[in-house]
Amino acid sequence: MAGMAGKAVDISGAMVTGPVDPADWLVIAPVVIPVVFGALLLMFRKETREHAAVAIIGLLLLVAADAALLAHVLARGHVVMTMGRWLPPFGISFTADALGATLALTAGVVALVAGFYSIRDIGNTGRRYGFYPFFLLMMAGVSGSFLTGDIFNLYVWFEVLLISSFGLLILGSEHEQIDGATKYAFLNLVATTLFLIATGYLYGIFGTLNMADIARKASAVGPTAPIMTLAMLYFFAFAMKAAAFPVNFWLPASYHTPRVVVSALFAGLLTKVGIYALLRTQVMLFPAQRDIIAELIAWVAAATMILGALGALAQSDIRRMMGFIVVSGIGVMLAGLALASQLGLSATIFYAVHSMLVMTALYILAGLMSERAGSHVLHDMGGLYRAYPFMTAIALVLFLAVAGLPPFSGLWPKVFVVKAALDVGAWWLAFSVLLSGILTTIALARVFALAFWRDGATAAVEDLKPLRLGYVVLVALVVPVVWIGVDPEPLLSLSGKAAADLLDPARYIGAVFPEGGGS
Amino acid sequence: MEAALSVLVSVFFAVAFYLMLSKHTIRILLGVAILGNAVNLLIFTAGRILREVPPIIPIDHDTPPFEVANPLPQALILTAIVISFSFFAFLLVLAYRAYQDIGTDNTDEMRIAEPANEGLPPMGY
Repeated sequence: MAGMAGKAVDISGAMVTGPVDPADWLVIAPVVIPVVFGALLLMFRKETREHAAVAIIGLLLLVAADAALLAHVLARGHVVMTMGRWLPPFGISFTADALGATLALTAGVVALVAGFYSIRDIGNTGRRYGFYPFFLLMMAGVSGSFLTGDIFNLYVWFEVLLISSFGLLILGSEHEQIDGATKYAFLNLVATTLFLIATGYLYGIFGTLNMADIARKASAVGPTAPIMTLAMLYFFAFAMKAAAFPVNFWLPASYHTPRVVVSALFAGLLTKVGIYALLRTQVMLFPAQRDIIAELIAWVAAATMILGALGALAQSDIRRMMGFIVVSGIGVMLAGLALASQLGLSATIFYAVHSMLVMTALYILAGLMSERAGSHVLHDMGGLYRAYPFMTAIALVLFLAVAGLPPFSGLWPKVFVVKAALDVGAWWLAFSVLLSGILTTIALARVFALAFWRDGATAAVEDLKPLRLGYVVLVALVVPVVWIGVDPEPLLSLSGKAAADLLDPARYIGAVFPEGGGS
Repeated sequence: MEAALSVLVSVFFAVAFYLMLSKHTIRILLGVAILGNAVNLLIFTAGRILREVPPIIPIDHDTPPFEVANPLPQALILTAIVISFSFFAFLLVLAYRAYQDIGTDNTDEMRIAEPANEGLPPMGY
């Protein structure tokens, strides 16, 4: 970017060495904490007995930092911290807004709960393979993606979470895992490379990588630059990460192969990072281009949710069925993105929070069900209601929640997406949301009827691990699901605020460039 | 200069996508390696090529007094090289393990995680 060097720059303000407001450190804490604890765990990788305790302390600190950050963002508005105090657009900015902080907090809570479940699920072998270091470094990648304000830095965090997820996916190196991981690794690598290609073009056009700076320049640059190409490339790359039809096939091919807790983490966190990146690029950076491809996004959304639900209906393996249910939920979130009204986006953000909680819980539940029934194939499962009534109650709540039935958390975002679709006359999109809900209900009702209600022999209890920790973890996830369903107002106002900030990036830009200055 | 490099980038992309359309993991792997290089060259070209002048600021200046080469694309490429190299190394091992374990490098025959002819789910109660 020759222009930057040629222009006289007022360097007196470029580098500020004064102290940073201590509260601003909060924005980087959700990345620093998992990196430090991940490094610690790597150093003590042979002391496998202490791994779980150290990791859970790290995750507790992560949740505390995320919660403090969200409270800070709600009280004071956007928090910006620029690395090395090189003022934007030169340094890498971390920018926390309501959207990023909400998703980071939800991800932290899900990770903490999964961390507790991992005590039960990950044995000594898994620890020796490095489950906990991979886990914490993946959390660093997830938190970094939600909080960074620099598009190239977003790419780096994507790669951090991706390479850690490879390690988690092949934990144990069974044939099935190697097969699933091959497809997962190649397709995700192609997706992030597409992201990098788009970022290269973006740098060529704008000469900046700071998201606030891009948002400012994208509206000013007009039709002379190929921004449509950029928007499409980003849509393609992130749709692949989020597992939207027709580039979703890596997800059901791989998510059922690793350990239960790994599947639960992946289903809860990774696809939602793709949705977050779509919201950030399509709505905040390139809103005019998103308006043009809105129709395309809507068709992709409808196809994703209906084909996901049909895929779930066609499975007899319950873990593979869950993979298709994740895909179906992605469609609902994309529908909100396609509408991009205040209501639609707020529904997408609401659904992302709901989906993180519910999908993690569902995978853990599926793991417990197949352990106790002695099989994960619907043909052979049965008798769970008689033997485990409490598990049945939890399953009922989660099945109703993920199908979008009252009184649980899945109802509200679907109501708002349908309302937002009908507001603009997109009746077919509203119809697809309802149809996918019905198909999901049928698929899960069949699981309920066959695995719980049907008579059958369950596995012998003597040689199985106790259920107590599994129940505690599931209750910890079910409580917020019920709470959000009964009292959606707090999350609704939060997602509404996040959506408003996305639609009008003036506050985001103002926070990064306080004087309206910069290059 | 940019035009010539753009053509080269497009050739790299064409070769990479052709290789990635193959069914054999080893060819896909080579395609991924070439794709990584194509992207690096793309970022380099997108940063505009200015020869001769290294981006070093003379001692009594605060900004470069003349047009210099843009150092930022090189920093980006360095990051991208490190990442794509480590991914390539991982994928190479993974593909070899898959070949050892599954006995094929043909992705059509890698059906362990998703078996073919699995049959329908239960149709009745």
